[in-house]
Amino acid sequence: MTFLDYAPAPESTAILTLKPSYGLFIGGEFVAGRGSPFQTISPATEVPIAEIASANAEDVDDAVKAARLAYETTWSRLSGADRGKYLFRIARLVQERARELAVAESLDNGKPIKESRDVDIPLVAAWFFYYAGWADKIDHAGLGANPRALGVAAQVIPWNFPLLMLAWKIAPALAAGNTVVLKPAETTPLTALLFAEILQQADLPAGVVNIVTGAGSTGELLVNHPDVNKVAFTGSTAVGRAIARSTAGTGKKLTLELGGKAANIVFDDAPMEQAIEGIVNGIFFNQGHVCCAGSRLLVQENVHDEVVERLKLRLSTLRVGDPLDKNTDVGAINSRAQLNRIRELSTVGEDEGATRWSPECVLPEKGFWFAPTIFTSVSTSHRIAREEVFGPVLSILTFRTPAEAVAKANNTPYGLSAGIWSDKGSKVLGVADQLRAGVVWINCFNQFDPASPFGGYKESGYGREGGRHGLAAYLQAADTNSVATITQIKKAQSK
Amino acid sequence: MTTFEEPAVIVTPPHTLAPAQRALALIGGDLTEKSLRLHLEGLSGVDAVGLEARASALGTRSIKNASKVRALDTIIGLIDLTTLEGADTPGKVRSLVAKALAPDAADPTTPRVAAVCVYGDMVSEAVRALGSSHAVGSDSAGLNGAVNVAAVATAFPSGRASLAVKVADTAEAVVAGANEIDMVIDRGAFLSGRYGLVFDQIVAVKEACRRADGSHAHLKVILETGELTTYDNVRRASWLAILAGGDFIKTSTGKVAPAATLPVTLLMLQVVREWHRLTGERIGVKPAGGIRTSKDAIKYLVAVAETVGEEWLTPQLFRFGASSLLNDVLLQRQKLSTGHYSGADYVTMD
Repeated sequence: MTFLDYAPAPESTAILTLKPSYGLFIGGEFVAGRGSPFQTISPATEVPIAEIASANAEDVDDAVKAARLAYETTWSRLSGADRGKYLFRIARLVQERARELAVAESLDNGKPIKESRDVDIPLVAAWFFYYAGWADKIDHAGLGANPRALGVAAQVIPWNFPLLMLAWKIAPALAAGNTVVLKPAETTPLTALLFAEILQQADLPAGVVNIVTGAGSTGELLVNHPDVNKVAFTGSTAVGRAIARSTAGTGKKLTLELGGKAANIVFDDAPMEQAIEGIVNGIFFNQGHVCCAGSRLLVQENVHDEVVERLKLRLSTLRVGDPLDKNTDVGAINSRAQLNRIRELSTVGEDEGATRWSPECVLPEKGFWFAPTIFTSVSTSHRIAREEVFGPVLSILTFRTPAEAVAKANNTPYGLSAGIWSDKGSKVLGVADQLRAGVVWINCFNQFDPASPFGGYKESGYGREGGRHGLAAYLQAADTNSVATITQIKKAQSK
Repeated sequence: MTTFEEPAVIVTPPHTLAPAQRALALIGGDLTEKSLRLHLEGLSGVDAVGLEARASALGTRSIKNASKVRALDTIIGLIDLTTLEGADTPGKVRSLVAKALAPDAADPTTPRVAAVCVYGDMVSEAVRALGSSHAVGSDSAGLNGAVNVAAVATAFPSGRASLAVKVADTAEAVVAGANEIDMVIDRGAFLSGRYGLVFDQIVAVKEACRRADGSHAHLKVILETGELTTYDNVRRASWLAILAGGDFIKTSTGKVAPAATLPVTLLMLQVVREWHRLTGERIGVKPAGGIRTSKDAIKYLVAVAETVGEEWLTPQLFRFGASSLLNDVLLQRQKLSTGHYSGADYVTMD
């Protein structure tokens, strides 16, 4: 045995008590779904974890009705300070149950426990704390005094950061005074259902948050329900486009956070050791299941060979395996369908003439696995340089001048994120100004903070989540003619 | 009629440096202060936030069971058991050597440390006390229970003395039987940009490490990273020390805070890895000062194994400069074999 064969250090699952089956969370209670239930499995072992209810049209209607009732009878009548109290309570409960949530997330999603423990769950708590603070300060959201909530928000979230995406959606919605019906992804409903238990624990008024599980069709029913006022979706560009089409003309407010093909630009004067780490973090964090992943590496041509050599050395130390082992760096691919897509696009990459390389690593037999992969000799016209792989696959391209780097980085239908690596401040700022991406990371990658707005250009979607902008997405400016506003003003004056 | 004279172009002739082999090979034939400066200033920068993030990520590795047993024994075998006090006496040194030879009085299977590290005037006492366990040459520490004697030299810890004094300090320790010399660089010269002076001094001290038979005592070059302050400086000083012929680069004297930190050690390991990538040659790294617990020391092992590779986990390529660390490792070792924690009175003072 060598030292680097670290003995297994599995996180105990004893802390997690799961029910054999979960219903839908509507009106503050778990209720049976009327669609046919499905199993959620662990992608690392393909072992079923629990049976999950599926919501049909009537269930979705019930959920929206519960949300509407809660909006009209309780949530919209609470003061901001009181809404904030509930959000603070939720944040604290998330912290208290952090280990349990981390284990559940890694089990259901396949991501390494060190990521769910050190990134996902702490950020979930941070998001609730942050927006709890906003709840009584919405006058400062940028929409003038007395902005109004929108009403019922329909939220559909993806499987890559299940609980974190839930927090990104629910925290600002509640802080602004909306009620919510949320649909978690089909393959990762578990932590949303544990979160429903937390809401019961927090005594959140019934119906303020409703969670309906199911396949894509459930999400479709939800966003197309006539009585929702706001639709927020994170997921693929194809689905986002369909939602944009179906909500057009309905008066529903819409935010979309969609795909990306981010350029990670490494200049020859970059802090090289850290750039290598940043490249690895940019694409292999969360198995590359990140919409803002740095999947297109643009390296200045004079350092290309050195970067590739060093990158290969670094990749050979990545530990792929059991997501629940505390030493695992890269976990399982979330589903067979996603694995097939990654395999297919990688094959296309080889067929188109790019050079494929992966470090030697033994992959488990059961479950869905894909070794970290890099492609060199990639051209801008290759599909692996154009399409989102959403997996641990990096395409490496070169550039010669800053102008060419900017042109290549922007030459994509997407525009979610980008990274710049250079020790020269003026160059970094100049390039950042020209990149058409919603987030530009400088000498770092995949850093998130609730105070920082996140969102895309072009086919990466519209609207922003996080920060004041994320709050404003759930508010509308006061309409001076509206009865509600006049009542509010009178109420304020009488205080 | 007026005649115009060409303005005189005054060129200071470049200051030629001592012809250290590595520097000649890497920088080229015209080895001058200027060419050295250009090389050091051309190194890529260090992003402090990124470096520290990587170090803390390495620190989260969870080393359990068999790996932990192995790690603890490895740590003991990499320790330079150190006493560097003004109050050191022959008796104190003998006691230190006894501890080095039998770290755990109750468990003879405990490995020995790599070296004892003392002031130059205590070398002969340490050699005498080690007796037949004193390692021969410089490369046999850890083999068949052999223990090296390391001497701090060159006006340790400040380094504020003339080159002649530094060289004499070194030569005396080597003659007295030191297998290794831990020298300090002139931080004042480094910080004022006189890289050539620092370089020439290292070359001279290396030369003073030569034994009568032509072999060398190993040279560890102490950068005193706590006084260099920035990671960019540490990176430059590491390169400088390697180019001038250092066998090891060492973080600190232990007399300046901060002493060794994980990010600084990681940075030095990265330089060593880069040197190996370019030349195939392996340079040692020694963090010293401030590493007191097994838990911390294991983080360093992880950083070594995942940065330069496991082959660096030998006394020839990695050391811990420490004194109180040994007893904490022994306590952890006892805990692993007996299943319960004992206490400070179950390990010996040195």
